[in-house]
Amino acid sequence: MDAELRPDTPLGDRTEIRRTVATSPSVDAAPTSDPVFRAERLSVLYGKYRAVKQCDLEIHRNEITAFIGPSGCGKTTVLRCFNRMNDLIPTARVEGTLTYQGVDLYDPQVSAVEVRRRIGMVFQKPNPFPKSIYDNIAFGPRVNGIKKKTQFDDIVEQSLRGAALWDEVKDRLKTSALGLSGGQQQRLCIARTIAVEPEVILMDEPCSALDPIATARIEDLMQELKNRFTIIIVTHNMQQAARVSDRTAFFSVEINPQSDTRTGILVEYDRTDKIFSNPTDERTENYVTGRFG
Amino acid sequence: MAAMSIPLIRTSDELTLEDLTAKRTRRSLVSSLMTVLMGLSVVAVTIPLGAVLYTVVSKGASVLSADFVTKDIPIVTRQVGPGMGPAIVGTLLITLVAAFMAVPVGILGAVYLNEYSAGGRFGKLVRFMATVMTGVPSVVMGLFVYITYTLRYKQNAFGGSLALSFLMLPIIIRSTEEMLKLVPSNLREASAAMGSRKSRTILTVVLPAALPGVVSGCLLAVARAAGETAPILFVVGATNTVNANMFNGVNTALSAQIFTNAQQPFVGAQQRAWGAALTLLTLAFAITLVARLITARFALKR
Repeated sequence: MDAELRPDTPLGDRTEIRRTVATSPSVDAAPTSDPVFRAERLSVLYGKYRAVKQCDLEIHRNEITAFIGPSGCGKTTVLRCFNRMNDLIPTARVEGTLTYQGVDLYDPQVSAVEVRRRIGMVFQKPNPFPKSIYDNIAFGPRVNGIKKKTQFDDIVEQSLRGAALWDEVKDRLKTSALGLSGGQQQRLCIARTIAVEPEVILMDEPCSALDPIATARIEDLMQELKNRFTIIIVTHNMQQAARVSDRTAFFSVEINPQSDTRTGILVEYDRTDKIFSNPTDERTENYVTGRFG
Repeated sequence: MAAMSIPLIRTSDELTLEDLTAKRTRRSLVSSLMTVLMGLSVVAVTIPLGAVLYTVVSKGASVLSADFVTKDIPIVTRQVGPGMGPAIVGTLLITLVAAFMAVPVGILGAVYLNEYSAGGRFGKLVRFMATVMTGVPSVVMGLFVYITYTLRYKQNAFGGSLALSFLMLPIIIRSTEEMLKLVPSNLREASAAMGSRKSRTILTVVLPAALPGVVSGCLLAVARAAGETAPILFVVGATNTVNANMFNGVNTALSAQIFTNAQQPFVGAQQRAWGAALTLLTLAFAITLVARLITARFALKR
């Protein structure tokens, strides 16, 4: 059922990831319990320094998964593995496996560009392009090869409506996106991301630069988007994780006393209500009750 | 009572207007002194600038006319009257061709250095060479072109273009690279996260964001090159008639004409030198203006 809820992508075959694993199940035939992402013994290294070690986790379709944990615990680093943004850092390296709908994301034949077309990302600081509101939304569809102007108009309106921004900006689509407030800019970035109809949206602390009202709007928006997309959100705000997410992964830091290096570890991953009411691990309990971190 | 508060100078226990009025301390004196010094520096900068502009305009304005721009340079230097057409054509030809060669190569070079070389040894070497080349005197560049090109193909305008483009190249590379560095990396990330290839990110996000600065750097290079005299003198030669052929026959440029005419003892020649100086100034101004208009049209919205 869930598979049918996914919107038909207007981009057609262009965004089809090259399936490198012949035995991978087709998307539509996938049962609802089949995870979108499956990480097994996933580690991230910067040069020789191990930033995150051996995470095992599964991300489920049409759910919001929150990554919480203290600073420097590697939640953003893990998030950036999911759309291969870590590739942009020359020294970064990934060990273990990370599959997306059965396909190994780090297979040598997989192109990071194709991955990012299917897995969108919203960043911590709103980062609209210094272009007009319209051009910001049209950027992604243009990258994906759409050329007709009428199509753009539709996509721009649909995306802005989807990000609950249309009514505020419909009269000034041609003005600079930098003239918007911080909260509006972040919703514009969300609109820009959903304009390419990704399957997953990764959010890296999307509300950390916003006031409570703008944060509430984005959280409401996430609940709507959840019906169409799978969302992973990194947040410092535990209340936010408790409010919006279906599942929560708690990351922590392990300090190696010999080399004085810090390595991120995945401590506990479960349904959000379980993590916040009855965590299995003592470290999780200490963190969510505010005794640590 | 906050234990860490900075102690205040109090005149009495009760707050009076005097407590909040500015005190004449050493710091306030230094501050005023520095303000005055900065003001004086601005004046000191403006005086030579204004003086040059005033002299060139006042001496050159009376010489400028339609004839001056179109007619040939008089063969008899003693003769009073117009004619700087060949030099204007020469300057435009030599400088524009030089710019067409140096600007694309320079910008692409800077894109390579900033976006692709990733701190590699080759990139560092190229950057170092560009920095060294910025300091090479124009006469040395002229000499190089004279030895490698002019001795074989004779004096012509293209040799001048070569010399000028060599002079422009390092300036363009260095200034463009600095501008690309200023483009925030979160824009590159945003573009990559939309599934853009690196080339597309550079073309549609990085370069447009850096465009005003890149254009400024290129203009600086072009304007500097347009005024170069030394390489023109022995690579391009001199002529009194218009020569539109870049590759055949001697040519001339405004800078070279200023140099030769100003040395003459005759009033006519000196007047033509002033006219040429004003023309050169106007050309540089016009190029800047046009480039600014183009930039305003293509630049991303701030």
